Amino acid sequence: MLDATPSCLEVRNLVVEFPGRHGTVTALNDITLDIRPGEILGVVGESGAGKSMTGAAILGLLERPGRIAGGEISLAGRRIDGLGDRAMEKVRGREIGAIFQDPLTSLNPLFTVGAQLSETIRQHIPGTSRAQARARAVELLQEVGIPAPQERVDHFPHQFSGGMRQRVVIALALAARPKLIIADEPTTALDVSIQAQITGLLRKLCKEHDTAVMLVTHDMGVIAETADRVAVMYAGRLIEIGPVEDVLKSPAHPYTRGLMASIPALGARVRTLHQIDGAMPRLNAIPAGCAFNPRCTLAGPRCRRNRPDLIPTRSGQAACWLYEGGVE
Amino acid sequence: MTATQTAALRVEKLDRVFDVSAPFLSRLLYRQERRYLHAVNDVSFSVPSGGCLSLVGESGCGKSTVARLVTGIYPPSSGQIRFAPGRSGQPLSAQMIFQDPYASLNPRWRVKTIIAEPLRELKLRDTEALVAERVAELLGIVGLNVADGDKFPHEFSGGQRQRISIARALASEPEFLVCDEPTSALDVSVQAQILNLMRRLQDELGLTYLFISHDLSVVRHMSDQIAVMYLGRIVEHAETEVLFADPKHPYTRLLLETIPDVNSPHRDRKIVAGEVPSPLSPPSGCTFHPRCPLAQDRCKTERPNLETKPDGARVACHFA
Ligand SMILES: Nc1ncnc2c1ncn2[C@@H]1O[C@H](COP(=O)(O)OP(=O)(O)OP(=O)(O)O)[C@@H](O)[C@H]1O
Ligand SMILES: Nc1ncnc2c1ncn2[C@@H]1O[C@H](COP(=O)(O)OP(=O)(O)OP(=O)(O)O)[C@@H](O)[C@H]1O
Ligand SMILES: [Mg+2]
Ligand SMILES: [Mg+2]
Repeated sequence: MLDATPSCLEVRNLVVEFPGRHGTVTALNDITLDIRPGEILGVVGESGAGKSMTGAAILGLLERPGRIAGGEISLAGRRIDGLGDRAMEKVRGREIGAIFQDPLTSLNPLFTVGAQLSETIRQHIPGTSRAQARARAVELLQEVGIPAPQERVDHFPHQFSGGMRQRVVIALALAARPKLIIADEPTTALDVSIQAQITGLLRKLCKEHDTAVMLVTHDMGVIAETADRVAVMYAGRLIEIGPVEDVLKSPAHPYTRGLMASIPALGARVRTLHQIDGAMPRLNAIPAGCAFNPRCTLAGPRCRRNRPDLIPTRSGQAACWLYEGGVE
Repeated sequence: MTATQTAALRVEKLDRVFDVSAPFLSRLLYRQERRYLHAVNDVSFSVPSGGCLSLVGESGCGKSTVARLVTGIYPPSSGQIRFAPGRSGQPLSAQMIFQDPYASLNPRWRVKTIIAEPLRELKLRDTEALVAERVAELLGIVGLNVADGDKFPHEFSGGQRQRISIARALASEPEFLVCDEPTSALDVSVQAQILNLMRRLQDELGLTYLFISHDLSVVRHMSDQIAVMYLGRIVEHAETEVLFADPKHPYTRLLLETIPDVNSPHRDRKIVAGEVPSPLSPPSGCTFHPRCPLAQDRCKTERPNLETKPDGARVACHFA
């Protein structure tokens, strides 16, 4: 897709490998995606597909022995893959804000929430006084909807509920006003009204400060409301990407179609939910051809032989032979 | 509520208060008072044997605290928790699936050890070979591979970790399962598999659930009854279909209106108006009154009791 606005984040042919006792597994394979300033890209896909790993690779936080084995990552035109640990630490926090899937792992149980927020603020905005940092911390807690923030600022993480802790982590990520926010399941444990408040906040930041957001979530309702475009991952690859309306309402890839059909409907109550039978292949046992072919009801001989690349569809792209010459 | 079924769990007038005072020295220096947080306030309900009661309500309203009280992780400040006798004649004991899957898994243990722990602890299998067999079976049930047993929790994705904690909870063959956001880290297709599994276990083994989820479509799918909590109290409790067809408390109605909808992207949801009150200083009278569209003067001073309506719903509102 050609567009005049330069990208905030550019990922080109990213490959991530984990060398291990039983050979090397490729956890991410040939991931290419862009996010423009002010744009929210939703990332969805089955558990273990590589969504969090993509975020970790961008942040330079791959767990050892994992490593980037190919491709490029650029932020506002500057290559950031391969930067040293010190340089990358500066990029994180100041230029890229991260909201992790497991809120407890981002919070230190020994310090009050206010102390942790103030430290981040003072680290990233030099010249901030203690009092200013504290006032800003209270303001951030308020922004993410924590009641009585003046008092809560002095509480420890374990004194918050699960959803409140998640919001504290969101406040931490916003503290330095980054260019890009990587939000991994930011609203997972939140009830619908707080969820609406957080997604509203993300959208507002996006529009007001031109922040780019990579929003990883399995909640299609959140995607529908928040994202501009959606990327669908399966077994370490991108298999579909396109505008949110099209991917949700008329998904092109058979996997995406199955995914959309497994959402419990609010209207009708059924005894058994639709499920895509089988499981995603393990990374060291990815079948030949299209990785989804053993579970796909439309698969033909070609799908078992050759792996399709992303192929243009009506408004996006899908890695499926249905869109180029058929499955025979 | 349904008198025909026996209750697996009865909870009466449950209260839990946390001391959240500043440290002693800073209280002294700044002349601060001791501060208490009433996380669970006068909560009573029962869960029919083989049924599923769900707790819903906004973040911080006390759902996880109720779950922790029921499973004995926290002692109650007052009130009673009574389990009916189980298959063995002993009172049922509850197993819990935690909201934070990573924090509840020992990072230094291999997954197979984690899942085998309850089997060994409760001596549910006689030989190591049988333990290994059962671990493999449990891994399969939650959609993981036998070889995954040799890995450590950090080598898994968020959703895979949640499935490990589900496998561990199922290992002890519980008769009562407390599930705190059991599928919140799962994508919809794995979620469908897990929810179908939980329903099947309920049908086949007569498992009873106390279920917590913020996802109302999941709650509707799973539960026979729903209790809506607000600031530590139950404000409405009804059969699932009654609650969805005829929500009576103004808070329940707002909750149902804020559900995101896949079919209307970019819809601006109604957000429950007004500031979320703090449980540190709850409003007087009906605690929902500052945000309630129906509030009258009476609501500011007089707290409504839970009253049973003709369709069996219990509602705490002067005007419902
Ligand atoms: N430290 C590690 N060592 C080896 N494999 C790993 C490691 N971390 C993750 N993996 C594997 O990489 C794959 C991708 O994991 P990732 O965390 O990106 O999944 P995800 O798409 O975020 O899933 P979820 O929705 O469950 O969070 C998984 O199969 C996982 O088992
Ligand atoms: N150990 C604790 N010490 C002090 N306060 C606590 C403790 N645990 C919970 N609280 C407080 O009790 C209230 C209820 O918390 P709880 O975790 O039960 O909420 P919840 O309904 O599960 O919310 P969420 O949906 O965010 O998980 C919150 O205000 C929380 O700050
Ligand atoms: Mg993840
Ligand atoms: Mg909770």
